[in-house]
Amino acid sequence: MLRFALTLLLFTLAFGVLSSSPVFSDLILAKVDRRIDLTSQIVRITTSLKVENAGSNPISEILLSFPENQAKHLAYLTATLNEGKGKGKASSGAGLPTEVVIPKDVPDSLTFYSLSLPKGLGKGESLLLDVLAVFTHALEPFPEKISQADIQLLLFQDTAHFLSPYKVMVQSLAVKLPEARVESYTKLEGTKLSGSELKYGPFHNIPPFSYLPIIIHFENNQPFAVAEELVREIEISHWGNVQVTEHYNLFHGGAKSKGEFSRLPCFCDYEFLCRYFVRARPYVRGASAFRRLVARLPPRAHSVYYRDEIGNISTSSLWGDSKKTELEIEPRYPLFGGWRTAFTIGYGLPLRDFLFESDGKRFLNFSFGSPINELVIDTLIVKVVLPEGSKDISASVPFPVKQWQETKFSHLDLVGRPVVVLEKNNVVPEHNEHFQVYYKFNSLSMLREPLMLIFGFFFLFVACIVYMHADLSISKSSASYLAKVQWEEVQATVQQIHNIISHCLTAHDKLEASLRDLSRTGDVQACKATRKSVDSLLKGVSKDLKPLVTFLQSSPQAAHILPKVEELIAKERDLQERLMAKHTTVVDCYEKKLGGREIENRIASNQQKITSLRQEVDDLMDFIDEI
Amino acid sequence: MAASDAPNGDVLIRNAFGSVLAFLILLLIGVLAFSIRLFSVIKYESVIHEFDPYFNYRVTQFLTKNGIYDFWNWFDDRTWYPLGRVIGGTVYPGLTLTAGTLYWFLHSLNIPLSVETVCVFTAPIFSAFASWATYLLTKEIKGVGAGLTAAALLAMVPSYISRSVAGSYDNEAVAIFALIFTFYLYIKTLNTGSLFYATLNSLSYFYMVCSWGGYTFIINLIPMHVLLCIVTGRYSSRLYIAYAPLVILGTLLAALVPVVGFNAVMTSEHFASFLVFIIIHVVALVYYIKGILSPKMFKVALALVVSIGLAVCCAMVAVIIALVASSPTKGWSGRSLSLLDPTYASKYIPIIASVSEHQPPTWPSYFMDINVLAFLIPAGIIACFSPLSDASLFAVLYIVLSVYFSGVMVRLMLVLAPAACILSGIALSQAFDVFTRSIKFQLPSLSDHSHIDARDASSENVVLDDTIKTDKNEDTPKERMTKRSKKKEKEPVEKPPTKFQIKKRLSVLPFEASIIAVILLVLLVAFYVVHCVWAAAEAYSAPSIVLTSHSNDGLHVFDDFREAYAWLSHNTDVDDKVASWWDYGYQTTAMANRTVIVDNNTWNNTHIATVGTAMSSPEKAAWEIFHSLDVKYVLVVFGGLVGYPSDDINKFLWMVRIGGGVFPHIKEPDYLRDGQYRIDSMATPTMLNCLMYKLSYYRFVETDGKAFDRVRRTEIGKKYFKLTHFEEVFTTHHWMVRIYKLKPPKNRIRGKNKKSKSKTSSTTTSKRKGTRRNPF
Repeated sequence: MLRFALTLLLFTLAFGVLSSSPVFSDLILAKVDRRIDLTSQIVRITTSLKVENAGSNPISEILLSFPENQAKHLAYLTATLNEGKGKGKASSGAGLPTEVVIPKDVPDSLTFYSLSLPKGLGKGESLLLDVLAVFTHALEPFPEKISQADIQLLLFQDTAHFLSPYKVMVQSLAVKLPEARVESYTKLEGTKLSGSELKYGPFHNIPPFSYLPIIIHFENNQPFAVAEELVREIEISHWGNVQVTEHYNLFHGGAKSKGEFSRLPCFCDYEFLCRYFVRARPYVRGASAFRRLVARLPPRAHSVYYRDEIGNISTSSLWGDSKKTELEIEPRYPLFGGWRTAFTIGYGLPLRDFLFESDGKRFLNFSFGSPINELVIDTLIVKVVLPEGSKDISASVPFPVKQWQETKFSHLDLVGRPVVVLEKNNVVPEHNEHFQVYYKFNSLSMLREPLMLIFGFFFLFVACIVYMHADLSISKSSASYLAKVQWEEVQATVQQIHNIISHCLTAHDKLEASLRDLSRTGDVQACKATRKSVDSLLKGVSKDLKPLVTFLQSSPQAAHILPKVEELIAKERDLQERLMAKHTTVVDCYEKKLGGREIENRIASNQQKITSLRQEVDDLMDFIDEI
Repeated sequence: MAASDAPNGDVLIRNAFGSVLAFLILLLIGVLAFSIRLFSVIKYESVIHEFDPYFNYRVTQFLTKNGIYDFWNWFDDRTWYPLGRVIGGTVYPGLTLTAGTLYWFLHSLNIPLSVETVCVFTAPIFSAFASWATYLLTKEIKGVGAGLTAAALLAMVPSYISRSVAGSYDNEAVAIFALIFTFYLYIKTLNTGSLFYATLNSLSYFYMVCSWGGYTFIINLIPMHVLLCIVTGRYSSRLYIAYAPLVILGTLLAALVPVVGFNAVMTSEHFASFLVFIIIHVVALVYYIKGILSPKMFKVALALVVSIGLAVCCAMVAVIIALVASSPTKGWSGRSLSLLDPTYASKYIPIIASVSEHQPPTWPSYFMDINVLAFLIPAGIIACFSPLSDASLFAVLYIVLSVYFSGVMVRLMLVLAPAACILSGIALSQAFDVFTRSIKFQLPSLSDHSHIDARDASSENVVLDDTIKTDKNEDTPKERMTKRSKKKEKEPVEKPPTKFQIKKRLSVLPFEASIIAVILLVLLVAFYVVHCVWAAAEAYSAPSIVLTSHSNDGLHVFDDFREAYAWLSHNTDVDDKVASWWDYGYQTTAMANRTVIVDNNTWNNTHIATVGTAMSSPEKAAWEIFHSLDVKYVLVVFGGLVGYPSDDINKFLWMVRIGGGVFPHIKEPDYLRDGQYRIDSMATPTMLNCLMYKLSYYRFVETDGKAFDRVRRTEIGKKYFKLTHFEEVFTTHHWMVRIYKLKPPKNRIRGKNKKSKSKTSSTTTSKRKGTRRNPF
């Protein structure tokens, strides 16, 4: 309260000084209507001015003044010429350019904004101006700390008179409050409180720099969602997607909560309601706490997610139609005064809705502020990530922002993607205007990364093939290498021998089979033919064997296998001969038409040998195979 | 030559086709192993699960942020306040380094995956690796077919899934791969006798030591196998090459891991390997001497060596016993001791016993975790015995030991799973081999040879067991060759003259029987697959920090834990200390980034006992304990409102036990009424006045007016009470986590005044409450 008094003193002083000094300008404000909207945490003051030039010189700029304590909370200021008459009151498109000026001979505690008029205001002419000033953090909770059961009370201070360097003829003030309950307010002449609207004035003939403080102490249980920092990352992919990621760092900017916390529902009289809420989503006491936020995303938003650093937050719901997508999110816990939370929202948007082309340049047209309703953002950083290879980048934003460029490396980038960074403090929903980022981009660059992948894999496979086929031994003359090569040859030879012998064995089986056929059919000729063919086959085979065996004999590596191999060949030959003998005997016997027993007697000795030989050959084969 | 060339080329093509097919199958097995573990991501979200993974996640975050040197030197002051913990020296770094490497690799390619994503998917990736390693190992034991079957079985064995679903970022995730791969390299060395593989084996063992405390299983199993080989007369130079480098290199490398350090040579877990190391040298010496001496001389020398060897052994044993006896735990760590004596933990270390995964498993859990494999294992063992090779002996030993260990601790079911898969893979592949061969063999000549089959039927019983005789170790091309040559004959010989043909003959089963058997086997495997998918989707996919319940009005999500942790992380001071039971320590440090008093590492029993004592003390005493520990917030988990059974009240007896183990004034019987743990009106006054009870049930009665606890299914004993030293600061949506703040100490000068004031006020409030109680 002390601060109030001080400012008050200051202003009276300033007023005193200035009232004696000559009139600031020839302008006169014929009629001023001020409306102050206190329904949310954002204070919006709409002022409609009727400006008259009482002097002789044409005037091209109008000064607006704000006291310092308001000026530092001023987030947004726009003035529009109101040319339309009648009820429509269509304002003339874009607002007038405003800038901060410091005129001479004015108190330091005032901040001036100058409005440049499109054309000078001639003598005696008048015009209508609509000025919208938006303030953040202008409402002070009082008491500063409340317990969970208390309601939140706020203090608002302003001047009842329109603070202006010009003389004001008629002025009125209306304050719109969120609820009818007002703790206290400064009572002046003609003050009326009707419903949730508080009216001051009308005041007449107010001298310049007149300051008449008013203080309103009222109840407001609106959520005071303040984002300490919001980083929006807008990533453009020319494959057809705009990915938006928003990192929020949120706190409740209202009265701080104190005392014990309780999850218990309110002491409500309607027990059934309580029951209902306990089941669905219990209603926690604390009127000013906020549980949910609503974000209006652009239409056709897809792949929406809502998470924080420890995972997905499951309390959100999404509706969508052709005009908008509405995302209702609940933080992990209800936010009481002073509590903080942090989360991330992400969504994808179709590229064609936001990216356009003009004069060979592409430009992104995107909204600046946060999609969340009634959110105050202390620091907003918008990062536009352009595709790799974009050139001639420029951004155009309808209001002053800090601007610089960065580089971001993402998905297989080589040189990085250019990032346009825009930073602005004190952002309110009024800043949700579209901004443009212009750049040049060659569509062929899109193919760079897929081609890189394709070639990467291609070379990987080529490298594999080369590796499989190339001999990577360090020394081709080293003993171990030669030994290895020789050993491989020996192995191959042994394998060949093995194959040949197994062929022989097959041939043997054929012989045996022919004998069985003989016993069944008695076809001696066929049997003989088989023998002949087998015989010739076996002869050829023995020819094949010779070079292989000589190779093995010459190779020192094969020394320990050689005896076995030779044994095998010898045994096989023996077996072969005996089989032939047996075959001949049997066939002869058949030709002589001897009895079965007789045949068996004749071949009995041979048969035994054959069986045992075969056994040995098989064992040897197994042995050799294991090498 | 031409005749032999054609089949050779054919074989080559077949061979190439076979290996491409095997490669494709392996690839698919890898994909299966990876994707079956994604149920948790699809059903819930990509999030780290449970408790320990959160710690690993936090360590990985630190590693990726600060680099490896800071990681080795990391002293963590956020846990075990005020003691802190040397993370670099007390953690098995394998998992963290693996994920860290993965992360760096991805980021060097500019693929911006977050640390969390990498951590979540480490386990599925490594389970694909593990199934490939299983393929290699089983291939070494019983050939390609068995390898593929075993790999497919392992890819989806529920026991392994339970530890390696996406998000379960725990040591076991990579350790099982390392375990199997180490075994593979050991068997590979054993089969080839190559020093190259022996060196790789020690490196792989090193990786295993880095990853998991379970490496002691390897360093005990391999010596046992070596010993068994020696005893059964299977000593060879290959065995020596497989073992000796592993012990020397492996021990040296293991000692490099800070958490193991000199334990690698000083604790009893490692002694078996050194003992066997000595034995294998003695045996090698004996074989060498045998080679250079004549048999007579050898006998003399043998007597000499044996006597000297015995003397040396005695001396060694004496030294070892002296060493072991000098250390208090006899050189064994508590967990290892409880392996040898299953009752050890419950007798002496309540902390180990209080962990559910250290309990012995029940029979259903075997069925749940390895399902039909349990029935296939015996068949696999039989298959391993015919013929018995060094490798198959290893498989048998592995299964026998792991069955024992899994019987002691549920957690070690994980070690059993690969063994079960390998043996079942062998059994299944052998069985399929026999059945399909007999079908194939009879298919073209079915009508002609029914009489032969009939005769075979008599020997069917023999056949079933002998099927396994066919040596799968033989190269497949050769086998195909012989099969081809057999087909050429078109006529099976009546008197099978050779051993090989005996085998072939015996393995022929009746056509119908084999078809039915194949169908039954396929059904069995199908049942296994269905069960595994069910287990992966339903039983093991829950991340346990998010709970869901299905009710009439759809799915209900309980996300209270993260709600509380998020609240702590955003609305308390960075340096505030939070006390909770140790279960929530890792999660609190990782998710809320607040200093905790105790956590899941449980290395300091006294500290945990202090917290346990505080929880079981009355409010004032508890406040003093917590205040002396600089605690600002106390967190309790309470399931009474929604029926969440693993809450702190249910864990409370362990707090009493552990606290009472160190501070004898806490006595368990004080909290039990007639040996029963209860919290209703029959509960003991000590119970009703302890801090845990008060913090859990504070203002609970106001929710429904009756204070009905849905977990204990009873009305609580003491409904209306006030807290004098604690203040509720946050309770989550379903009351599952409640956070209290310690009230600041009272001003001493005005203390008396205030006390009386507060007394009066409390009496008035209680009066007021009393009046309010009346209407009910």
